[in-house]
Amino acid sequence: MGSLRWGDGKAYMTTVTANADSLLPADWRDLLALTKPRVMSLVVFTGLGGMLAAPAGIHPVLGFTAILCIALGAGAAAALNMWYEADLDALMKRTAGRPLPAGRLDRQTALHFGVGLAVFSVLLMGLAANWLAAAILAVSILFYVFVYTIWLKRRTPQNIVIGGAAGAFPPVIGWAAATGDVTLLPVLLFTLIFLWTPPHFWALSLFVRSDYAAAGVPMLPVVSGARATRQQIALYTLPMAAAAVAPWPLGLAGALYGIVAAAFSLAFLVLALRVLANRADEPAGMKPEKQLFAYSILYLFALFGALMIDRVLS
Amino acid sequence: MTDPRDEEIKRRQKARAIIMALLLGAFVVLVYAITIAKMGMLR
Repeated sequence: MGSLRWGDGKAYMTTVTANADSLLPADWRDLLALTKPRVMSLVVFTGLGGMLAAPAGIHPVLGFTAILCIALGAGAAAALNMWYEADLDALMKRTAGRPLPAGRLDRQTALHFGVGLAVFSVLLMGLAANWLAAAILAVSILFYVFVYTIWLKRRTPQNIVIGGAAGAFPPVIGWAAATGDVTLLPVLLFTLIFLWTPPHFWALSLFVRSDYAAAGVPMLPVVSGARATRQQIALYTLPMAAAAVAPWPLGLAGALYGIVAAAFSLAFLVLALRVLANRADEPAGMKPEKQLFAYSILYLFALFGALMIDRVLS
Repeated sequence: MTDPRDEEIKRRQKARAIIMALLLGAFVVLVYAITIAKMGMLR
């Protein structure tokens, strides 16, 4: 491998292209890393939540296959995202060690792997569960790749607001796999994740703002500053909390879910207000932002876990 | 004298071949289980 210059995206692309033939065969661990396994765990959990919340039961084998397809589809979308963003990833400390920017994998392998995984996951979902679930899975992959990654991410600070829809599909897919239709509860679960995504990513982007700025990604803190971002986090938390609690008063979930959703949403709001009150501009002083980011992951796990337990108990 | 690069290529190819074989085996079992489940639903 030739030497890579991290500060120069064009130099990186040229270097990798020139040396693609000299790369070793891809290590399976690097192919696995392309699927972002840690992100996949949350996707799988919310997909499982949607499936188990559905009134119609699904055969365990078909249910397992549907969840597997959701995981593979998420992995495919992540691989295609890394394929397209290799130049950006090379410019950010947080992502420079990924297989493509680190030069351990060539882009064509990543592209073939991502497309193959996407097609396989959609076809298997259609054959094992139903074609509605397969269609929504296909839409979510295409949305993530084309709308978020290729179209929005480098163009607008609203990138993760609109692009966040891609990550909100799993509970709808899980529900559709079990029932063959989509009703109000999966739409509310979609809305919950859709409104959760901006506070989650903006909290992160506040303390890695310099990374995004160096790569030229127009995240909200880079474009509008920390103050405006903190206000937006607090503003998005309110409708997110409403969407989280809504299934309970609407009779779509039981008291266990409702109480957990209310308590965890209240804690989310408190953390969002602490972020709003913070004035720090440097990552070292952004403890509230780091806490909110970590808590936001726990929040989704807790709510979907409560929803599943609630359904099992009822 | 074996080129260390050839050794590494063979090691990676072998690891990928083993994983591919395991995945294909798992896929066959999965398709069999799906077929049985679907047939059970038709009864």
